[in-house]
Amino acid sequence: MTGTRFVGTKFPRPEAPDKVSGRALYIHDVVRPGMLHGAIKHSAHAHARILRIDTSRAEALPGVEAVITGFDTPELRVGFLRENRALKRDKVRNQRDEIAAVAARDPETARRALELIEVEYEVLPAVFDPVEAMREGAPRIHEVDGRGRPTRDNRVPMECRHHSGDLEAAKERSAFRVAGDYEVPWIQQSCMGTAGCIAEFDANGDLTVWAKTQIPFLAQRDFNRALEEMGLEGRNTRVIVTTLGGGFGTGLDTHCYEYIAILLAHRTGRPVKVLMDREEEFRYLSPRQSARVHIEQGCDEEGRLTYREVRVLQDNGAYASWGATFPTVMLLPVTSLYKVPVVHFDAEIVYTNNTYAQAMRGYGNPEVTMAIESNLDELALAAGIDRLEIRRINCNEPGEVTPMGARVGSCGLRACIEACAEKLDWRAKPGRNGRLRGVGMASMLHVGGSGRIYRSDASGIILKLDDFGNVNVFYGGVEMGQGLHSTIRLAIADSLGVLPEKVRVNPTDTATCPWDVGTHASRGAFMACNAALEAVRKLRARLFAYCVDLFPREVERALRKQRAGGPPPRPEGGAAPDRSSPPSAEADLSFAQGRAPGDFELEKGLVFVKDGPDAPWAKIPLDRILRAIHFREGGDMLTETAFYDPPSELPDWREGRGNMSAAYTYGAQAVELEVDPETGEVEILRFVSAMDIGKVLNPQALDGQVLGGLAQGLGYALYEEVKTEEGAILNPNFTDYKLPTAHEMAFPVDLVYVETDEPTGPFGAKGAGEPGLVPTAPAIANALRDALGVSLRTLPMTPERILRALDPSAS
Amino acid sequence: MKARLRFRLNGKVVETEVETHWRLLDLLRDGLGLTGTKEGCGAGECGACTVLCDGEAVNACLMLALEAEDREIRTVEGLVGPGGRLSAVQRAFVEEGGAQCGFCSPGMVMSAQALLLEDPDPSEERIREALTGNLCRCTGYKQIVAAIRRAASLRRSEAGEGERGEAGGEG
Ligand code: FES
Ligand code: FES
Repeated sequence: MTGTRFVGTKFPRPEAPDKVSGRALYIHDVVRPGMLHGAIKHSAHAHARILRIDTSRAEALPGVEAVITGFDTPELRVGFLRENRALKRDKVRNQRDEIAAVAARDPETARRALELIEVEYEVLPAVFDPVEAMREGAPRIHEVDGRGRPTRDNRVPMECRHHSGDLEAAKERSAFRVAGDYEVPWIQQSCMGTAGCIAEFDANGDLTVWAKTQIPFLAQRDFNRALEEMGLEGRNTRVIVTTLGGGFGTGLDTHCYEYIAILLAHRTGRPVKVLMDREEEFRYLSPRQSARVHIEQGCDEEGRLTYREVRVLQDNGAYASWGATFPTVMLLPVTSLYKVPVVHFDAEIVYTNNTYAQAMRGYGNPEVTMAIESNLDELALAAGIDRLEIRRINCNEPGEVTPMGARVGSCGLRACIEACAEKLDWRAKPGRNGRLRGVGMASMLHVGGSGRIYRSDASGIILKLDDFGNVNVFYGGVEMGQGLHSTIRLAIADSLGVLPEKVRVNPTDTATCPWDVGTHASRGAFMACNAALEAVRKLRARLFAYCVDLFPREVERALRKQRAGGPPPRPEGGAAPDRSSPPSAEADLSFAQGRAPGDFELEKGLVFVKDGPDAPWAKIPLDRILRAIHFREGGDMLTETAFYDPPSELPDWREGRGNMSAAYTYGAQAVELEVDPETGEVEILRFVSAMDIGKVLNPQALDGQVLGGLAQGLGYALYEEVKTEEGAILNPNFTDYKLPTAHEMAFPVDLVYVETDEPTGPFGAKGAGEPGLVPTAPAIANALRDALGVSLRTLPMTPERILRALDPSAS
Repeated sequence: MKARLRFRLNGKVVETEVETHWRLLDLLRDGLGLTGTKEGCGAGECGACTVLCDGEAVNACLMLALEAEDREIRTVEGLVGPGGRLSAVQRAFVEEGGAQCGFCSPGMVMSAQALLLEDPDPSEERIREALTGNLCRCTGYKQIVAAIRRAASLRRSEAGEGERGEAGGEG
């Protein structure tokens, strides 16, 4: 491996020029010849039996090519519990249920046709609260489960718990104990580019889907299963990932709208695009999972944690998407954030007639870290220990094995906490100071070496060198703006020994890229770079093996050419050729003869012998060598592949045990803020984020991830909430659903990176995509308590909630 | 129903027939194939559809196509100079990491362009004010603000070199 040169330096993203000039093609922009536009009719009720659907008037509308319902199409099952259907037939279970769909020549005609579809319902009693849904006699959302077995109640059959140690004994031993109930809402991922896809069949019956997805290969599996259900056994799906207008978890599942596009494309024999507008996305795309969290923590006289008890209740809504699996990610912070000897974690997930939830950045971690970190401050107050001190006392350490069996490799949490305290000048302003000002801090822990939730947690990569010295990269993970492609570029440039602009990362396509489990769990850079490093090792070995024979000839040629007055080899990247040492007539070429592969090196696109002369003719451009390898009898081209599966364990969810990640990322955030006592408005004065990311690979992308995460954390803490009434979404637009703007993000932010050099990480790096938002809300909640003297335990902490907390009698 | 429309688009005269109910956004994207201008909300809330109309930033989703009659419209494609040379604002967005997913970027770039036409050396506060109509879910805005500051200085130094402003310099 060559010495690191580009890793760790500021480098622009290769796709950015297309994005800023309007050339990047999002799903909105892709058009196929003869393409139709699909639109979907949704339920008018939260819970009702479908008695009759009359599509005749819609079919008669000029421009309409097809109208489909669950009654005239094959039943396509959706979701990991298989209890959802692309088009509902028996009954609707929430207000977003899909009951019919239209394909028409343009989106307006398709939407107009929807209004002409008549549906007769028999309205059923509905339930919108998970506690009520668990009561005996509550309306049953699913009479049978995904396998057709009768259900006993509304509980989602998902088990995830962890019990270690004697809880009652630990409680008795504790000098201080504090309990609290926290509530976090559904929020919308709010990708600026709304969701959509195009489905198209070829004449063989094979399917291509242009998708806004983060899991192209799992989507291929899901869609192939749909093809089977449609009677198209043996047919295949190719998933092509367009430029994503944001991901944030929305692309981790396959969605009913995608299956409906497939059904419409099959019915019409034409490509069909289904594209959500903003209101549809708010109403019909799964938001982030909400949760109610009960927590209790205790400590001894010195402030050492004695136990942590957490009970989570999730309103699952009508069907299971990934929201139902949030507890599997909560498990990590609950059992492993700070040293805590006794942990009891239980989760209950309950069907209701509400919307159902999917992944979003952090995936359960922010939900439960809000409770852990906020409650920890209250425990410190009860114990009379400084809030910073209690975090120091219980800080995680390298080498620790946590109750769930997470094996901590590198861990810089202590340095993160100290950095936050120092940058915020914590000691200088403890407590309230008359102006409703406060400071707060929160820590976090997240998977940093991918997170094993499937049997394979792997990523494949293909590196293909061509005659021009380009490194063509085929990687199955998804660039969604986070900077994955630029990070891959830097990693390959450094490890292989070429300039970054020679590394070309191709669009993700299941037909050309090797399998990847998906871009989630902050795993993109960790996985892609680890896979790339392995493929690079193989490439260099093969290249240098060929050099034993080819290099002497190439040097001789270069020397001959140069003597004849030709230009010396031009270093890659357009630097001026080096004319400093003209070759002497009797230059000795014996240095190149009889060399072993290990004597060669490749740097900045030039191949040379490590202890050879430092002359331009003794350094051969990579493309020359590659052509020499290619254009001869028995020629060869260099392509290498690697399939990297990280050293981690698939946890036993029922026991809540297993080392789910190859590495763990730590961090802390601290904030100083001021509250206006009249209006309850919060003004953030400054923010510090300190993260142990192992090693900074790509500083521009990393800053972008942390700052973007922080903005989402701020929205989660203060502004964002999907409001519902009887299952209907009340605020499906950006006027009523408030995202942070440049104005809310005006405060200064200090970014600190702690480099702990993780042994399993590429160049020592750990995952960093999600952590930015994990501790933001509790840091703000803790600062608010510091400023106001009261605890806010419900997100978002709006001015109304703040005023109510200040004066409970007021409203 | 269709009507005739004549306006200047990215420096060239366009004469076309449009559906009377079409928004400027529909004409640009569906009628003329200029898909650089994005639709993020269709309701004037996100700024992804920002274009310049006579040098001022407007939401193309709120403007009827016919309202462009006799006006000068500039889109993100129209900032790119001969040979594909990106404008100072576009280059600065690339260099500072102002585009992540990039869906907001065309609108951000056009809002920045409008601001710099009006104020070549805006304060950070002024920049943030100019961006309040443009939502970004990816960046947290910091790198976008940095990009606009850089664009301002790039434009000033290019103007100082006596070069003609890049395409779109006059809006
Ligand atoms: S699409 Fe015009 S403001 Fe959002
Ligand atoms: S870069 Fe993604 S919305 Fe701004």
